[in-house]
Amino acid sequence: MSLDVTDLRVSTVAGSPVLHGVSYSIRPGEILALVGESGSGKTTAGLAALGHFRRGLVPSGGTVTVGGTDILGLTEPERRALRGRTVAYVPQDPALSLNPSLRIGRQIAEVLPAPDADRVAEVLAEVGLPSDPAYQRRYPHQLSGGQQQRVGIAMAFACRPGVVVLDEPTTGLDVTTQALVLETIGTLAEEHQVAALYITHDLAVVAQIADRVAVMRGGRVVETGTTREVLGHPTHAYTRELLDAVPSLDGAAPAAHEGTPVLVAKDISVSYGSLDVLRSVDLTVDTGECLMLLGESGSGKTTLSQCLSGLTAHYTGSVELDGVPLAPSTRQRSAVQLRDVQYVFQSPFSSLNPRRTIAQSVEVPLTRLTTMDKARRRERVAEMLDRVRLSRALARRLPEQLSGGERQRAAIARALVTTPRVLVCDEVTSALDVSVQATVLDVINDLRRELGMAIVFVTHNIALAREVADRIAVLLDGRIAECGPVDEVLTRPSHTYTRELLANTPKL
Amino acid sequence: MTAVDKLEVVATPEVPATHPGLFHRAWALPTAKIGTVLTAVVVLVAVLGPWLGPVITGHDPTDFAGKPFKHDGIAGTDGIGRDVFTRFLAGGSTLLLYAVLATAIGIVLGAAVGMFAGYSGGRLDSVVMRGNDVLLSFPQLVFALLAIAMIGPHGWLLVTVIGVTHAPRIARVARQATVAVVGCDYIRAAEMYAVPRWRILTGEVLPNITGPLMVELGLRLTYSIGYVASLSFLGLGIQPPSADWGLMINENRIALVVQPWGVLLPVLAIAVLTVGTNLITDSLASAAAHKEAR
Repeated sequence: MSLDVTDLRVSTVAGSPVLHGVSYSIRPGEILALVGESGSGKTTAGLAALGHFRRGLVPSGGTVTVGGTDILGLTEPERRALRGRTVAYVPQDPALSLNPSLRIGRQIAEVLPAPDADRVAEVLAEVGLPSDPAYQRRYPHQLSGGQQQRVGIAMAFACRPGVVVLDEPTTGLDVTTQALVLETIGTLAEEHQVAALYITHDLAVVAQIADRVAVMRGGRVVETGTTREVLGHPTHAYTRELLDAVPSLDGAAPAAHEGTPVLVAKDISVSYGSLDVLRSVDLTVDTGECLMLLGESGSGKTTLSQCLSGLTAHYTGSVELDGVPLAPSTRQRSAVQLRDVQYVFQSPFSSLNPRRTIAQSVEVPLTRLTTMDKARRRERVAEMLDRVRLSRALARRLPEQLSGGERQRAAIARALVTTPRVLVCDEVTSALDVSVQATVLDVINDLRRELGMAIVFVTHNIALAREVADRIAVLLDGRIAECGPVDEVLTRPSHTYTRELLANTPKL
Repeated sequence: MTAVDKLEVVATPEVPATHPGLFHRAWALPTAKIGTVLTAVVVLVAVLGPWLGPVITGHDPTDFAGKPFKHDGIAGTDGIGRDVFTRFLAGGSTLLLYAVLATAIGIVLGAAVGMFAGYSGGRLDSVVMRGNDVLLSFPQLVFALLAIAMIGPHGWLLVTVIGVTHAPRIARVARQATVAVVGCDYIRAAEMYAVPRWRILTGEVLPNITGPLMVELGLRLTYSIGYVASLSFLGLGIQPPSADWGLMINENRIALVVQPWGVLLPVLAIAVLTVGTNLITDSLASAAAHKEAR
């Protein structure tokens, strides 16, 4: 079955347009990637294939044809009958879309036209999951994120639909699981001759899975073509911009860094009850260097970074700044020590008080940790906002009036406003689009050159190594598995885990 | 300027609209407008009444204007010959003042306890909130009756007892809202800058829980009006010969058939007032829920 979307126009109920005539088509057995950043309209364009429009949106023109029927001409009950059977959907977060109180076997059986135990087992086997009854009796929370997502995919493919819409299904999965999920999708789409629409903002993933690409921006498709054409010879400036933003693992070795240790963590252990999160970790950060702390979720990387910056007091071992041990809790650290070690939180959507303006938020560390008077503080805040390339007009806005990238730069400004000697960045780009990630990394790199502070860059994404880091420390199950200069770790990884990560990281 | 100029400043062309504030969103709802009009009418009567009464009717609230239960003047006379309309105009201000003061005490006390418990977490939270549950198990009106029976019918006692018994109910709501806010990273950030705990509560937590607190404020005000009127009706609130709506209902109910105005006027006023404040609360609640939904 093929999917044809022609000149699709969607607007809000109030009448302002969201999609300005979007066209794309997918043949059976083909995977089309719909690429664009948040707000480009890619999800709206993708959901239209299901005849679904989010609340407040209405179609105002164009056709969506699935196997010869125009979906937009159907009534809502008729569309509903198509969903699951003819057109299926795989949502972004499987944890939210699976019913937490239903065993997965039951859950899959529910989407089938008739209850059929053999078919459930078959569907599970198709996505590479165990199909035995014991596994079918599990609840969603007993599965890993990757397994949950594969159950979601299994349910989508269960009724042999002609068209499948996948909405960023691998966001939030680690690279090894992502590689597995992508492979599953590729095989299923080809085997069952399904027209698959893959919505994503990650061009590296596109290179792995898609046959053709449509690049969207501002509710328009700006470029389409085969994956090789679009990624190899992009014609539109915006596509080139997106491609440049993709971090690359290839590149020259950075100049060897000379520095003296500034922040030293010795024998750090953290455990919650019987669960050991960190097991005797030693870490040294030299002046002016950027150390990448790499690990997947659950490896203890966030806990370690919080120990360094005094956000967790429940650890054994010591953290020393210039040879002087730091108190575990920020409340016992001196103002100078607090100024010297700063922390940037993962999500800019949660780290800024929604009721304070950007300037007020950035001013807090100055008010607390320095003796500057009001005029000096104002001046310093304005200067810092300039440095993170936020226009001064944004200073008086509330966080909700800023984009994610702008908010994260404001959060970085807050951390840097007291000119720290060590900046701890916890997954600062993981909540952001790839293109926004590039600008934030740019800002961090520039500031590091200008201000000369050391950075601990915590991430799960090894692809960022060349972009930011001098050295990498790989954290696995609460232990440092490997530590060394970027070039050495990337070209001659000594630990199997690192080798696996490198092999599974999607490349353009 | 210096090096700063070389940096490319990312310009944002237009100011994206901020979500309008809670009151703004509530006002967009018809219930808010109706509620405000109803409340405003009664509040105007209650506030201006004591001055207007003697001017309009020529009587004082405690004057004997004529014979009992006669249809003289605008709304007749009561059981001992005082002018009902004058007493009606004079009888709302104390009720309103007591209700507002009691609600204010309840909100301040309840929000402080709830925020403290929610922010502290752990064992302290459990101890405070279980203590709170014990207080919650006393029926509000019975508790007030007990206190007034023991100490005597004083205005300050009325206000304090109603306010204090509101507090545990408000504390629950405040704690719940605080727990949600405390999970956010901006609280971690404030802790990282060693902001004193009370400043975190007032500066970071409080502005972000105003929505549920405003709803609770409206709800408790409605209850306060009811309680003050009830206690006056029972003779434990505002004391005769002062004019008061609750008291008037009690004084005049024996003559409901002969001279209904003495009961009807205060009943109508209390009903309109509570319906009004309730409608405002409803609109605030749906405005707050709407914000969470987006």
